[in-house]
Amino acid sequence: MSDLAMQRLSGEIASMTPGLAIRDFMGITKRNLLRIIRTPQLLVMSVVQPAIILLLFRYVLGGAIHVPGVDYVNYVVPGIFLEAVLIGGMTTSLALAQDLQAGMIDRFRSLPMARSAFLAGRALADLCRSVLALFFIIALGLLVGFRFENTLGACLAGIGLIILFGWAFIWVYAAVGLAVKDPQTAQLAAILPMFILFFASSALVPVATMPGWLQPFARNQPASVVIDSVRALFEGGPLSPALWQAIAWCVGIFVVFFVVSLDLYRKAEA
Amino acid sequence: MRPVSEWHAAVQVENVTKRFGSTLALDDVSLSVEPGGVLALLGPNGAGKTTLIRILTTLLRPDSGRATVAGLDVGREATAIRSLIGLAGQFASVDELLTGRENLELVGLLYHLDRAVYRRRAQDALVRMTLTGAGDKPVKTYSGGMRRRLDLAASLIGRPPIVFLDEPTTGLDPRTRNDLWQFIEELVGEGTTVLLTTQYMDEAEHLADRIVVLDTGRVVADGTADQLKDQLGGDVLEIRVTNGGDLERAAALVAPFGSAPPRLNVDLKEVSLAVKGTAKVLIAAGRALDDDGIALDDLGIRRPSLDDVFLSLTGHETISDGHADSGEVGGGSDE
Repeated sequence: MSDLAMQRLSGEIASMTPGLAIRDFMGITKRNLLRIIRTPQLLVMSVVQPAIILLLFRYVLGGAIHVPGVDYVNYVVPGIFLEAVLIGGMTTSLALAQDLQAGMIDRFRSLPMARSAFLAGRALADLCRSVLALFFIIALGLLVGFRFENTLGACLAGIGLIILFGWAFIWVYAAVGLAVKDPQTAQLAAILPMFILFFASSALVPVATMPGWLQPFARNQPASVVIDSVRALFEGGPLSPALWQAIAWCVGIFVVFFVVSLDLYRKAEA
Repeated sequence: MRPVSEWHAAVQVENVTKRFGSTLALDDVSLSVEPGGVLALLGPNGAGKTTLIRILTTLLRPDSGRATVAGLDVGREATAIRSLIGLAGQFASVDELLTGRENLELVGLLYHLDRAVYRRRAQDALVRMTLTGAGDKPVKTYSGGMRRRLDLAASLIGRPPIVFLDEPTTGLDPRTRNDLWQFIEELVGEGTTVLLTTQYMDEAEHLADRIVVLDTGRVVADGTADQLKDQLGGDVLEIRVTNGGDLERAAALVAPFGSAPPRLNVDLKEVSLAVKGTAKVLIAAGRALDDDGIALDDLGIRRPSLDDVFLSLTGHETISDGHADSGEVGGGSDE
């Protein structure tokens, strides 16, 4: 018996290859997509919330807000697109905190899988949900009077930039979920970046209408930089600030929070 | 094949210490498990059993000391260790929203098995764990016992040569527990090395060929069940009185024969006492009780149980057989 055990123990150990890491990533993505499909109520809520904000600003508050030189519906709707992907990302915090508490992260961390695949698979599945919600909100926006005025290429670039922003923020939410660990707290904590970045930005009203002390932050924070670029891509007109700044913000946020999340995952303890 | 000349133990723990804040979870712990052996880590809640399992399964780094699994260092060679181990947790870590089969196939994929292999093994595991009927239903519909079996099956899908089982039967009904015991015995028969934790004496005695007793992070005993019992030295005198009111008086009468103070169990109307010199003590105790007119239901000498050993080692009792009829904690009845 001991000989058999010895023989089994001294077997070869396979090493990690990029191909295996991608296979792990696909497996985890599939798991999380199945989870999303099997909780349709969460999927519905991630569409309903931005839809309500959209209708609120289009019909309830929109009449009182005047943005010079542009129809308010064309001003606010791209901002709501951004909100749709920010809301979608909030579920990432919750899902990771739940996996941590349920012991799923212990299971995955004890397996010979690629470490990054667990988080990347989560992020890609959540991005799919965000993109789905985004398409619903685009359809709703068109229904309430929003119009794309620029070339098809520029409009697609704008949608691509929103998705890139969503991807970057999923990693912020991943770090939040792994850091706070408790699902309820994760849900509350995930609202914070959303509130600060979405409301104190150029998404709903021009930054120039805000108090002077808030303007430097509101004008230069990533959500505003991205939303200004997206508006220019949808409606035509000069890209100010430049598109590269918006892309740099997204890539920078992704890289920093990917590293932070991976480190938190390595040390994760429920 | 990796050379085996430099290592001989499947699991080797040397002077491992782990601290959480001001709590010393593991205090200079050393132990080893030979290839093909079954070691039970026995101890109450908070003894440090799970912390040690987490260190050995590469989930946690020790503060000091050294731990190896199949000769590989848990810190430097964690990745290599992960392909050789299986972990089944106390809190069944299976995905609620996935079906039993999807759970097994996902873990199989993450062990880097070929698709055809993990699909076949998932099917085999469902049959072996008598989950065939539930295999394509979501795990959230499973009972506690079914989850536990699925969790165990998932941890074995990669056929790991070393398996860590953290309280595999806590909260299970007696029938499910017996099924799991049988299954663990089959694993050992296939040459799998097992390290399990338990709070239950009978489980350690039934499954393990070696028992390490942990108490507040320290190893207080290490040996076979028989060796631990011999450590206690001698046997146990047991008296059951007819009338509960006589219990204290009976205990006082036999106390002089004991090598330790008598233990009273009011519910069972029993006194037990560690003694040396069996027959003489039995006769003398019987005479003393009879002279005093105490009616007895039972009087006898038995070998000490691991409960007795634990009590004498740590000064406090562990959970005894009571769990067997306490029913399930994590769900409804089985199936």
